[in-house]
Amino acid sequence: MAKITFITTDNKNITVEGTSGSVMQLAVDNSVPGIDGDCGGVCSCATCHVHVAPEHVEKTGTASEIEEDMLDLNDYSNEYSRLCCQLEISDKLDGLVLQVAESD
Amino acid sequence: MSGNFTKEQICVVIGASHAGVNFAFSLRKEGWQGEIILFDKDPMLPYHRPPLSKAYLTSEDGIEKNLLKSAESYKNESINLNLGVWVSTINREDKTVVLSDGGVQKYDKLVIATGARPMIPPIPGIDTADHLYPLRTAEDVENIRNAFNASLNKRVVVIGGGYIGLETAASIKKLGGTVTVLEREKRVLERVTTPKMSGFFEQLHAINGVDVLTNKNVVSINTDKGSNTIICEDGDTFEADIIVVGVGVKVNMELAKEAGLNIENGILVDETACTNDKDIYAIGDCTFHHNPHYKRYIRLESVQNAVDQAKVAAAAICEKNPVYDSIPWFWSDQYDVKLQMVGLSEGYNDVLIREEEGENTKFSIWYFKDDILLAVDGINNAKAYVLGTKFIKDGKKIDKSKLTDASVPFKPANLLME
Repeated sequence: MAKITFITTDNKNITVEGTSGSVMQLAVDNSVPGIDGDCGGVCSCATCHVHVAPEHVEKTGTASEIEEDMLDLNDYSNEYSRLCCQLEISDKLDGLVLQVAESD
Repeated sequence: MSGNFTKEQICVVIGASHAGVNFAFSLRKEGWQGEIILFDKDPMLPYHRPPLSKAYLTSEDGIEKNLLKSAESYKNESINLNLGVWVSTINREDKTVVLSDGGVQKYDKLVIATGARPMIPPIPGIDTADHLYPLRTAEDVENIRNAFNASLNKRVVVIGGGYIGLETAASIKKLGGTVTVLEREKRVLERVTTPKMSGFFEQLHAINGVDVLTNKNVVSINTDKGSNTIICEDGDTFEADIIVVGVGVKVNMELAKEAGLNIENGILVDETACTNDKDIYAIGDCTFHHNPHYKRYIRLESVQNAVDQAKVAAAAICEKNPVYDSIPWFWSDQYDVKLQMVGLSEGYNDVLIREEEGENTKFSIWYFKDDILLAVDGINNAKAYVLGTKFIKDGKKIDKSKLTDASVPFKPANLLME
């Protein structure tokens, strides 16, 4: 069980709990604004872009090469960027805080 | 609240797949106060379609892992989802739809998101073949999986070497079947890509043990005691326990046509996804729409188009004056290869291939009309895909010699003309 907090682009905090699946699916199931997951979670669309709270990078690890490439030219990406379809929910993610990235 | 819509108004959506469902949620987000009612023939909660021929076919997971939205989401947004019910007639004069169960539903705004259905070619014996399936719905996949598990010999023939056919072949191979793909044209993916890409996929399947045969026009199917013999025009025959048909789709536009809406290669809509009836919109695979970037009318079978048109229609109904202006994108996963495509290559007169140094399964194909970049296909190359997307959008001139020089790093500043 992991409690995950999303901070939306208009600064609302949404905290939800999940046990399995991807963080993207959890966000979509809970209608977190700004997380669309159009490709269904296969790292093909970049519509689930989040920034991991800097102090929580250890929980999530860093982006894979393809994920980095997908975010390479995104105006809103930075060193804390992840596609949350690539974050698998586990106890390790408990307490994670994610800022929903803006989109163009 | 902007616009003059009220709580009493009703928006009816025909079809609850990617387009219909995204539309319903977008409409709520845009501020629609009234009822939103979706109808779909498929009895299952709406799900993602692309995984069906890919990960879903080979997984033990039920469709609940692939839902577009959870059951609660519909309740939370007051979206009235009616599954297993379809619309049989649209009456534009009294603004009602007649349902398959005989019911009648009034609408103020109507959205047609009926998509397309698999085409079953008129091959003699196709109607009586055993374990022959299309692949469009979760039920189709269940049928294929069940037949596969029950089959002793597990000989699967896929008719059609397009994306659905090739993805299905890769998935069934992963399950341990003997798989043959029969393509009528001289190369796979002929309609949608270049010889280089076709060759790459033909080789990829060969390496993985799938027989991909081209110039194979199926002319009849004989079925005896549960075993099918597929006969091709050149006299070759193939035995199959299971046949998957993936030869393209037919657009579900009969309802629109009978209602007198303008039809061409799909339901004709304007840049706001509106039909020739101001209270009826159409979105997704079933539409023939204008793409401003390519300055022509197109019909697209893709999630991107379904989602983007859904957003445009929702905004338009809420009187926000949006315009559809998307660059099409698409992806396919086969084995451990990811293909990502952006743009429309039709009309190209120059193709450049960029191979990445030291990597033979990482390359990209760049389609130009003279100096204008039309489209990019990337194989295991998300960087080429995002760079292509940016260049197509910006319309800036690219230095072609630098593009094909793998020692020049993939960065916009390196590749644009001085």
